[in-house]
Amino acid sequence: MRTILYLIRKEFLQIFRDKFIGKAIFAVPIVQMLILVPAVTFEIKNVKVCIIDMDMTAESRGLVSKLEGSTFFHVRFSTYSEKEANDLLHRGKCDLVLQIPSGFGKETGQGRQGKILASVNAINAVNAQLSWAYLSGVIRDYNLNIIAENAGARTLAALPQIQVTNRYWYNETLNYKYYMLPGVLGILILAIGFVLAGLNLVKEKESGTIEQINVTPIKKYQFIIAKMIPFLIIGLIDLAIGLLIGKLTFNIPFEGSIALLFLCSAIFMTALLGVALLISTISNTQQQYMFTGFLFIIIFVLMSGVFTPSESMPVWAQKINLVNPAAYIMRINRMIMLKGSAFSDISRDIYSLIIIAAAFTALAVNRYRKTV
Amino acid sequence: MTDSTVISVTNLVKKFGSFTANDNLSFEVYEGEIFGFLGANGAGKTTALRILSGLLTPTSGEVIVAGYNAKKDPEKIKKSIGYMCQKFSLYPDLSARENIMLYGGIYGMPKVLIKKRTEELFEKLNFREYGNRMIAELPLGLKQKLAFSVAVFHEPKIVFLDEPTGGVDPITRRQFWEMIYETADRGITVFVTTHYMDEAEYCDRISIMNEGRIVALDTPEGLKKKYNAKSVEEVFVRIARPVNNQPHPPAPSHR
Repeated sequence: MRTILYLIRKEFLQIFRDKFIGKAIFAVPIVQMLILVPAVTFEIKNVKVCIIDMDMTAESRGLVSKLEGSTFFHVRFSTYSEKEANDLLHRGKCDLVLQIPSGFGKETGQGRQGKILASVNAINAVNAQLSWAYLSGVIRDYNLNIIAENAGARTLAALPQIQVTNRYWYNETLNYKYYMLPGVLGILILAIGFVLAGLNLVKEKESGTIEQINVTPIKKYQFIIAKMIPFLIIGLIDLAIGLLIGKLTFNIPFEGSIALLFLCSAIFMTALLGVALLISTISNTQQQYMFTGFLFIIIFVLMSGVFTPSESMPVWAQKINLVNPAAYIMRINRMIMLKGSAFSDISRDIYSLIIIAAAFTALAVNRYRKTV
Repeated sequence: MTDSTVISVTNLVKKFGSFTANDNLSFEVYEGEIFGFLGANGAGKTTALRILSGLLTPTSGEVIVAGYNAKKDPEKIKKSIGYMCQKFSLYPDLSARENIMLYGGIYGMPKVLIKKRTEELFEKLNFREYGNRMIAELPLGLKQKLAFSVAVFHEPKIVFLDEPTGGVDPITRRQFWEMIYETADRGITVFVTTHYMDEAEYCDRISIMNEGRIVALDTPEGLKKKYNAKSVEEVFVRIARPVNNQPHPPAPSHR
């Protein structure tokens, strides 16, 4: 234990003696929170629409004005040429082309089915689906109006129909920042663990200082633990900074226990440091480490479910996520912060994370060689 | 003299793939002596020294250092030795004091003792003004002296020095050897590799290595007598390059 303390003291001295790193470890969380949280959003506003109205009746204009009235759509172009519309779509000037064929007003006016065609730019599949969903909503509304008129009723309320009232639980205003922030907090400490701790050990190999350490009777686990603890502490400090920014800048709700969040983050951090140190015991140069480490960062982050729901990933991907520490912390952070989950609600995830952390740490200790 | 044997090597072989770095070495080192390991660059000195200090595992042969087997118990050997590697390897972004505190702590010395000895050491080396400076800022000679002092700070049984005076000016080299003598007087066995032949004269016994083999082992006086030479340098040249000047067999292509 004494040996570990001496080593930890040495790590802290070195970290804060490096003027750049000493400042960067506090600046990074601030920048990351301020940029990532508000920037990454799946909300769609201002879908640019091009209208081809071949009908030019009161009915078709009614539909277009309905679209214009919605906050999601912006009718930018209006043309009679399908070719021109396709061209606009092709050049990215508009995202959606709505074609109303002639006879639309006549058909609907006579109580028959009216037909329209919508073409959506689906390069971004998520955007396309959302645009389509919004458009369907607008058209459904319009449809009800037509039905009401045809039925001779004055108001919609007079028609028998199912009215669905929904309430969005845990994030009532559907604020994407609330959804992103707990995830970004996870990414934040992931970066610290991977970059700082992993490179630290490889740097010792490159500069040769590790040889002097390896010739001492120090135990392998002492060395690895002493490499973990300083970055674990820094990670948790950064988490605190991140939370503070979340509260002050985005007024993020915090339903659960802060202590539980820190406990889980500490376990998560241990797992990451285990992976990072495992890679660095195998790498001989910082270049080798960064190349391999980056691969892991990308996989861990993109598969974690921070941007896309991990539940909808293919089964094999979900299997990989069983050993992805980031996938656990995304769930845990969101559950604690937005849902106010207690230990008993997320105990399964926590126990799994503990096993992963112990396994990676053990592998790193095992793989570390006290020889040259 | 066998009672006081601190290093005993029998038929040591170390191979890296097809390249044999140490070819069947056998020798003994006795307590308190200064044992010189001579040889040209690439003769296998560093490899042997790393095996003796538990940093490399021998391919075959028996190596006993401070009573422990280098193949089975390298970590036990590490408790009883000090080591100064060829490449300077104290932490450059820590001060001398911090480096000493770290290594003293790793070897389990009590804090009070570390502090007391640090002051004594700085007094002795006239080092006081440098104590709190980052090692990176110190001149090479001072760095080397400090590295040596750290290697023997915990009073090991044996200290291994790998070309400790490489690139150092003659005066500092002289002072460095005075430190080595002092250490040996305290009863610490000194195992030193070098390719400076004048330094070989300072050793109690020397072994000369050539292409992975020990080609001569005796006191400097004994070797000079045997080869009828005035200096160890002359002995070395004769052994490494035979008098009849026959062309050397082509060196095996290494790695």
